[in-house]
Amino acid sequence: MKQNVVIIGGGIAGMEAANQLQLLGYNPIIVEQESALGGHVAQWHKLFPDMSVARDVVGRMSKSIASTNVFLDTRVVSVKSSRSHYTLSLSNGVDVTTRVVLIATGFGLFDARKKEEYGYGVYDRVITNGDLEQWMNGCADSRIPESPRSLGFVHCVGSRDLKAGNNQCSKVCCMTAVKQAIEMKELFPDSELYCFYMDLRLFGKKYEDFYINAQRDFGVHFVRGRVSEVGEDIDGRLCVKAEDTLLGKPLKIHLDLLVLMAGMVCHPQTSKVAEMLRLDVGNDGFFKSRDNLANIQESNQDGVFYAGACTGAKTIPETLAEARAVALRIHSYFNNL
Amino acid sequence: MIYEGKKRIWSEYQKDIPDDHWYYVRSCIRQNFFPASERMFTEITRNVLGKDLYETPHHTTCGGIAYHCDTLPQETAMTIVARQFALMTEAGYENYVPSCITSFGNYAEILETWEEFPELEAKIRENLWKACRREFQKPKYLAHSSDLIFHWRDAIAAKAKHLLVNPHTGAPLRIVEHIGCHYAKMFPSKGEGGAEYPYVLAGMIESWGGEVVDYPERRHCCGYGFRQYHVKANRGYSISNTYKKFESMEPYHPDAIITNCPGCPYFLDRWQYVIAEQTGKTYGENGFGIPVLTYEELAGLVLGYDPWNLGLQLHQVAVEPLLDKMGVDYDPDAKYLGVNREDIMRPELPKSIRCY
Repeated sequence: MKQNVVIIGGGIAGMEAANQLQLLGYNPIIVEQESALGGHVAQWHKLFPDMSVARDVVGRMSKSIASTNVFLDTRVVSVKSSRSHYTLSLSNGVDVTTRVVLIATGFGLFDARKKEEYGYGVYDRVITNGDLEQWMNGCADSRIPESPRSLGFVHCVGSRDLKAGNNQCSKVCCMTAVKQAIEMKELFPDSELYCFYMDLRLFGKKYEDFYINAQRDFGVHFVRGRVSEVGEDIDGRLCVKAEDTLLGKPLKIHLDLLVLMAGMVCHPQTSKVAEMLRLDVGNDGFFKSRDNLANIQESNQDGVFYAGACTGAKTIPETLAEARAVALRIHSYFNNL
Repeated sequence: MIYEGKKRIWSEYQKDIPDDHWYYVRSCIRQNFFPASERMFTEITRNVLGKDLYETPHHTTCGGIAYHCDTLPQETAMTIVARQFALMTEAGYENYVPSCITSFGNYAEILETWEEFPELEAKIRENLWKACRREFQKPKYLAHSSDLIFHWRDAIAAKAKHLLVNPHTGAPLRIVEHIGCHYAKMFPSKGEGGAEYPYVLAGMIESWGGEVVDYPERRHCCGYGFRQYHVKANRGYSISNTYKKFESMEPYHPDAIITNCPGCPYFLDRWQYVIAEQTGKTYGENGFGIPVLTYEELAGLVLGYDPWNLGLQLHQVAVEPLLDKMGVDYDPDAKYLGVNREDIMRPELPKSIRCY
């Protein structure tokens, strides 16, 4: 009989781990609180660096786990642990017993309303990176004007921000801003685009190419300085104040749309899951790995493993690599029992 | 503008304000600028609302202006403040309400500093004992006097003689609210509504029937800024800031401006004349300026007090256009009569901005 592996979270980490575990001869069971698989990636439009369509990527991954047991709209309600097993009671009334639990709960998006000075939820034309991706996916959004003449992107919203309580870099926002700026320039060729950044952290394969293209081919203005405040003028346009630290001057600019690059924070269910399974949580709110070098997928509990952004901000390639690695780690765990 | 978004933020910054028994401390400068404002506060508190408000002539400066001008070290300011708290303790009060925004910020900063560094508080207690043999309790509640008028805004509205509504058209008056920098920018949690979208004056405007004007330079400094105005060579910065604000609010055609800081109403009022002299530009209707009032003066008008008893004749910008829009009865001939009905003399009127 195949061994159960309960995977909490049906984003790309959980899906990829399920696929690999299935191939290794296990019976993965995905517990997903939402009504569909794919997590945040399923909400995105296109993915850098190849501009792959996110829905296609998630669709292919879904097909690969078509025979996997998946409980949608389901949460873990409680966990009982014995010496060698965990019994998870689910919100759909099902109890599942397993030797191994894989946490793949992913991350939460920073609530941009907390950065009050940027006016998200107060001014009509301030949106987040997530809102823009939804709009690109075809969802109507009345905040986005028909023909914007000027657009701004604010990097590091809720990332590397002591005041917001999140010290960590979210890794993907710089590149997302560059990608979205290019996409908007393609849609609105006559518009001017501004990226307000404090550092550009473009570390991945082809990221630098995107950055150069954005400047050279699309004329995106990169302004090194943080936005200090956003207001609204009588025509509803945004009045944005920032500092250009390279020119050493304050800057005031009128924009038709401001996109806030909301960063990654720990998933809102992290503390509840941690409490049920007695897992350690780091001071950043994410699950705490046994160490951050060689044992990132290991937890402080025997038989409980991690994959993906539940332990910190990660890119999609990093997440997928970790999901494949944890499948092998679980295989090794079973072999050593 | 998404009003619900502002309401959500306001709901997160609400202060616990006791309804009665306050120890009141006046500002060093307000009585020179707008002499009836503090008097109006005591009048409303004691005689209109029947509250217990205590003040003592032994109160001195809090040291806030000197501290913010870098002419006084913070420990000295702390010892001065410790003495004020000792006066409050000796009077048997525990709720402390300053009239000055910089004082409010100074008190808030000192109390927070003592919370973080209790050894410093111990040192200040020792300083105070050595200096004047006094001891003190820290206030249980600290509020700015505009917080109290905000707290009682609906009670004031219930007694209103005039609302911020044009009686001829029924339209709400458009009011700009300007918040002193030291109210919430230092500690957002200490201000009603926080630092980005303060509700303390907006709440009064709404409660009294007006419409709040939100304009791009709403958060910007009035132009006082101690290192701008108090350093003579920097006064160009002072008026530049004020000019920037008026240019930004101009398209909204505000009927009045209210403020909760000692310096802001003074500079927003007086600089309008200077801007008119320098550029020939005025921001009110028909060559007038935009009237600038303190919140106590506005509360006084709402409650039906005579505008000349509120000291409104001492404003640079004529207030009559606002009085007309509110339907306030006033005697133009009594404008320059003092409280004893004797002539207090008439100022020379400028030609660059219309005045009465």
